[in-house]
Amino acid sequence: MSKQIIVPFGPQHPVLPEPIHLDLVLEDERVVEAIPSIGYVHRGLEKLVEKRDYKDYVFISERICGICSFIHGATYCQGVEQIMGIEIPRRAEFLRAIWSEYSRMHSHLLWLGCFADGMGYENLFMNCWKVREKILDVLERTTGGRVIQGVNRVGGVSRDMDAAELKRILSEIPSLRDDFTELTRIFDEDLTVQTRTKGIGILPKDKAWDLGAVGPVIRGSGHAVDVRSTGYGAYDELDFKPVVRDEADCYARCMVRAEELFTSLDLIENAIDRIPAGDIMVPVKGNPSGEYYARAEQPRGEVIHYVKANGKKNLARHRVRTPTLANVPALVQMLAGCELADVPVIVLTIDPCIGCMER
Amino acid sequence: MKQPQQTIETIAVEDLINRVHSFHDDGYRLVQISCAAEGEAFEVTYSFDKDLTLTHLRIPASPDKPIPSISRIYLASFVYENEIADLFGIPFTGIAIDYKGTFIRTSIPHPFGSSQISVVKKKPEGQHE
Amino acid sequence: MSYLQKSPWIIHYDASSCNGCDIEVLACLTPLYDVERFGILNTGNPKHADIFVITGGVNEINKEVVQNIYEQMPHPKVVVAVGICACSGGVFRECYNISGGVATVIPVDVYVPGCAARPESIIDGIVQALGILEQKRHAMNAGVEGTV
Ligand code: SF4
Repeated sequence: MSKQIIVPFGPQHPVLPEPIHLDLVLEDERVVEAIPSIGYVHRGLEKLVEKRDYKDYVFISERICGICSFIHGATYCQGVEQIMGIEIPRRAEFLRAIWSEYSRMHSHLLWLGCFADGMGYENLFMNCWKVREKILDVLERTTGGRVIQGVNRVGGVSRDMDAAELKRILSEIPSLRDDFTELTRIFDEDLTVQTRTKGIGILPKDKAWDLGAVGPVIRGSGHAVDVRSTGYGAYDELDFKPVVRDEADCYARCMVRAEELFTSLDLIENAIDRIPAGDIMVPVKGNPSGEYYARAEQPRGEVIHYVKANGKKNLARHRVRTPTLANVPALVQMLAGCELADVPVIVLTIDPCIGCMER
Repeated sequence: MKQPQQTIETIAVEDLINRVHSFHDDGYRLVQISCAAEGEAFEVTYSFDKDLTLTHLRIPASPDKPIPSISRIYLASFVYENEIADLFGIPFTGIAIDYKGTFIRTSIPHPFGSSQISVVKKKPEGQHE
Repeated sequence: MSYLQKSPWIIHYDASSCNGCDIEVLACLTPLYDVERFGILNTGNPKHADIFVITGGVNEINKEVVQNIYEQMPHPKVVVAVGICACSGGVFRECYNISGGVATVIPVDVYVPGCAARPESIIDGIVQALGILEQKRHAMNAGVEGTV
């Protein structure tokens, strides 16, 4: 038997935009075991809920992570609205869905770019980010913020889109679809991408379920787990079908995200088609009391916002189970038995968002 | 407000392993484990998912009574159990990958733990206005 | 050494930010904003860097990493704090794990406010940093004490 050595990976590694640390136990070039350690970006923001008004806390929940910030804010609001028994206007739910899908596209494009960069394909990285700017333009035009939108409120949303804006969004979709087709074609056909991803980082179907993976990770392993199918918010009125692949490798996870770009466009068209007229916010009085596990589908998977309140204006507890944290056990499984050179690519395929994970 | 109502079943710590076993056998996915303060004590909640419906189990907890880890049934529980141990100071026994307090390193030990909570209570209400 | 002014290299570190500012820093490098046309390059090696772009409020664990990177950078060097978190701690100021701004750990030369800071203001901050870099270089060449 050959000798085992431990190689540290991270916390500062060129492929990682954020600090995460892994101890890799190696036997020759093969990884036997990977032990993650985190804590480099832990802020402790869940504790702030005891100091802030529950309405103001929406803005902090949006800053759990700057990439899926909109959905964090919306899910927190969903939880509080649920325990307070508030029924928010239908139009607000549709607007939340539209913005959620835009956030998803921006996040997936960001990831596809970083992934390309991780494989050493810088040109593709730049192209993904170029298309992503178009998404950010829409977000900025409609909400005022590029990455942190700040339009969620307990009781609805603070900004509306008028008919002209909705029409404009619709008219831009065909060109976005063309851009996406071109990008996914490269991911689908390019030889470099294929050799770096196919058959690598396998997460078997049963293991994926057992390890509680979420999002594109579990959908890339053949399970149709997507919280949007539960029809929260406006999703019950939209035609949604989760994207599932069976290959269970890095390629599958990459293609799930690529295909979800198109699902998002369809959902937006759908939503604009069916959005009802009306108010966008209801007044909220009193303080919440009760507890609820609100959940939603983020670009990285299912997120759980637990809110617990006891009639004060500060909540008693806010707890976020972010998708990256749920995907860590699956990552450990994928890394066992892979080659050292594949580690960066595999780590990237769970789309690690450390800001989320450690809060 | 079309979200489903949620029921949380409170059970004794002794029954935990058995109940989790049966969830596992019935093909549930472990969604999360969370901890919250309840008066002076704590409560730990396990959430499972099947066919996109959440089911919750809850046990009472305190810093001086270790909870048996469920990581032998659901390996994934190790991240949540380490997290609760670090943030709340509630011990778990037999975690498959035990970081022994180094999973999330904080500037003060157990920031959500009991000592911290009394500090928060001493502050006057609404001092931020 | 006038080439410094023309092509400064930057190193970026995420000291417990929410990612919002990080992705905006990255966005500066991509086609729409493209700071590389000014000769500004992103490097991963502190010893190659002239400008230290740092986001986030600095927590207990990465305090040392930040100090470490700063010390490894050669003189003259400029620190740009991007985002309100890096300037003062921002919304996370009261969190138990946040030390409250980069200035609590290393000296900061340029503050770029905003949450998230816009790419335009980040570029503006880096351009200001260039001026400061130049001043520091002159001071260093003139042998002013405390500059090396
Ligand atoms: S300043 Fe705002 S956007 Fe930037 S890291 Fe801090 S919270 Fe995030």
